[in-house]
Amino acid sequence: MTTARPTAAPIRRYVDHVMGMPISLALRGRHQDDAAARGAWAEAMAALHDVDRVFSTYRPDSFISRLARGEVDVDACPPEVAEVLGLAELARQQSGGAFDVRRAGPDGGLDPSGVVKGWAVERAARPLRVLADTDFCLSAGGDLVCRTLDPMAPAWRIGIEDPHALDRLTAVVPVRTGAVATSALTRRGAHIVDARTGLTPEGVASVTVVGHNLTWADIDATAAFARGPDALRWLATRSGRTGIVVWADGRVDTLAPSGLGS
Amino acid sequence: MKRIAFWALSTISAVVLLFGYHTSTSGALTTATTPITSGTKSGGSAGSTTSGSGSGTGNGTGSGTDTGSGTGSPAKTTSKVTGAVANTEWGPVQVQIDVAGGSITQVSVLQYPAGNSRDDEINSYALPILVDETVQAQSAQIDMVSGATVTSGGYLQSLQSALDQAGL
Repeated sequence: MTTARPTAAPIRRYVDHVMGMPISLALRGRHQDDAAARGAWAEAMAALHDVDRVFSTYRPDSFISRLARGEVDVDACPPEVAEVLGLAELARQQSGGAFDVRRAGPDGGLDPSGVVKGWAVERAARPLRVLADTDFCLSAGGDLVCRTLDPMAPAWRIGIEDPHALDRLTAVVPVRTGAVATSALTRRGAHIVDARTGLTPEGVASVTVVGHNLTWADIDATAAFARGPDALRWLATRSGRTGIVVWADGRVDTLAPSGLGS
Repeated sequence: MKRIAFWALSTISAVVLLFGYHTSTSGALTTATTPITSGTKSGGSAGSTTSGSGSGTGNGTGSGTDTGSGTGSPAKTTSKVTGAVANTEWGPVQVQIDVAGGSITQVSVLQYPAGNSRDDEINSYALPILVDETVQAQSAQIDMVSGATVTSGGYLQSLQSALDQAGL
């Protein structure tokens, strides 16, 4: 097991859990192992716990649960609720209805989880951005955001899990600054459905999107997955993203950004 | 367009500065909720620059109005609730929600910045490099893993866990 690169700068790693997911942080640079680093990590985790309290559909007392039951108005919720619902509606429109947060939920109510995760991690990364001369890579259960300040530093190497064999990789994406999100069914079963049909999409095994920020990389990965056989074609309409689609039959397609030729 | 981008940038830096301020003055965990709120509020006061985001808002309203007019909600009891303007790092967001019989029947975006594709930004990620199918994950020299969402329950068996342990 030789996962560390001998020539690379040392990396300090942190792990914790929130929302039922592991959160992994890698830091390298000036503040990788000091009080500032630990403080920023604590702030990042606190930000995720805050989001969980407001948005968890598993907590009956969360604002999102109370909103879904009609007990509170949007006005009475923290402004982040309106922001997330706005994102969700935009995602619904842009995915042609394949992605809809109002589809799921026990009472036909509201489950913005598909929007919240990437958005929350992007927020949680804010205190890390304050760390001077420090590069980071923050992952929440497989969706991640990276930053590299030092032009001489290597890009973060992100392994893309093979949905057909979880101990193998389909691809490696070098990311200096940006986000990577993957949607697949392999670990939690059929949790993504095409909201237009209510059925689990067919033909696609996983969709990975690489982009500027995790909010939209995550939304796009889920929306593309929900579109099933149309995943790659839809993803190609999104500007500024690259990606990988692994199909159910094992074929793999790589998507180049529209601005960079093929 | 430039103006919007600059406005967004200044908002971001304002938020970042605030964070820096709070981190240096107050402790980490217990007050960690404060920076979020004040960060948002600072956007609010910077919202006096709404004129700067005028054209960006135009886009959002266009589609929002469209959806709104199409509200042929069958239930008479439908009530509309308009959220406060949330100032995000990309600009102001405002939604309107129709509630009927205790559940949400419609969400409309009244205001949203055209900020979901920051084309001006330089791509600082490369194309995915396909890996030979015989390569085991353990020998690929990677820093992080992206894949189907790992739950805390399944974490210990995951490749990410192996990476984390190697660096702890």
